[in-house]
Amino acid sequence: MKTVITSTGNEINSKFDLRFGRTSYFCVYDDETGNTEFILNDNKEAQGGAGTKGAEKVIELGVTKVVSGHFGPKAKELLDKFKIQLVTMPDDTKTIAEIIEMMKK
Amino acid sequence: MPRRVTPRKIVAPPKFKYYKPVGHNISKSEKIELLYEEYEAIKLADYDMLNHNDAGELMGISRATFARIYEKARKKIALALVEGKILEAKFGNAYFDDDRYECSNCKATFNITENSVKDKCPICNNKNINKIEF
Repeated sequence: MKTVITSTGNEINSKFDLRFGRTSYFCVYDDETGNTEFILNDNKEAQGGAGTKGAEKVIELGVTKVVSGHFGPKAKELLDKFKIQLVTMPDDTKTIAEIIEMMKK
Repeated sequence: MPRRVTPRKIVAPPKFKYYKPVGHNISKSEKIELLYEEYEAIKLADYDMLNHNDAGELMGISRATFARIYEKARKKIALALVEGKILEAKFGNAYFDDDRYECSNCKATFNITENSVKDKCPICNNKNINKIEF
């Protein structure tokens, strides 16, 4: 099963990003192969609709859960429709590597 | 600073984006924004036939607040009917009625969907999860 984690940078030691639509990178983690892939978010500076476009991208990737700090109403509505699990984490001091480590246990 | 608006709990958004009249010069008519919570109020009071007290409880607000939202909704719908205006569904101050859970170990909050693991935290696989009460 694949998971998307929002990230502030494009490497495994980058900090976790609290925003969903305007995150810098989407990190796709596959728990079967253990691979991570970083995808640049081109809607970071968008005027509007960043959440919707981000959600569309996540749906295209075919993941089962998304980890972020906060989901806007539009993104939430869309992700709920496709039965994607939304996980919110309150603290942004963790790195992507730490979150993946927690999920492996 | 004024008091923050209590978010209103709704079961599902309306099935339409716009409600528009037929046989009327609609290109000229303006839109009226019908908020999700106003739609929900109409649904609970006039479709599900609940009294305002029970309906308010379901939406997580007081009877008086429910009555105010319901009143606004009725005025908007009446205006749209009489003047042939378009009703537009808008998000407003709502949140959806799905259950959210919190993990007691890593403080992550999450919902449980059909495709996800049911009884443990998606982050740390801790079995100790609690339902969040609003």
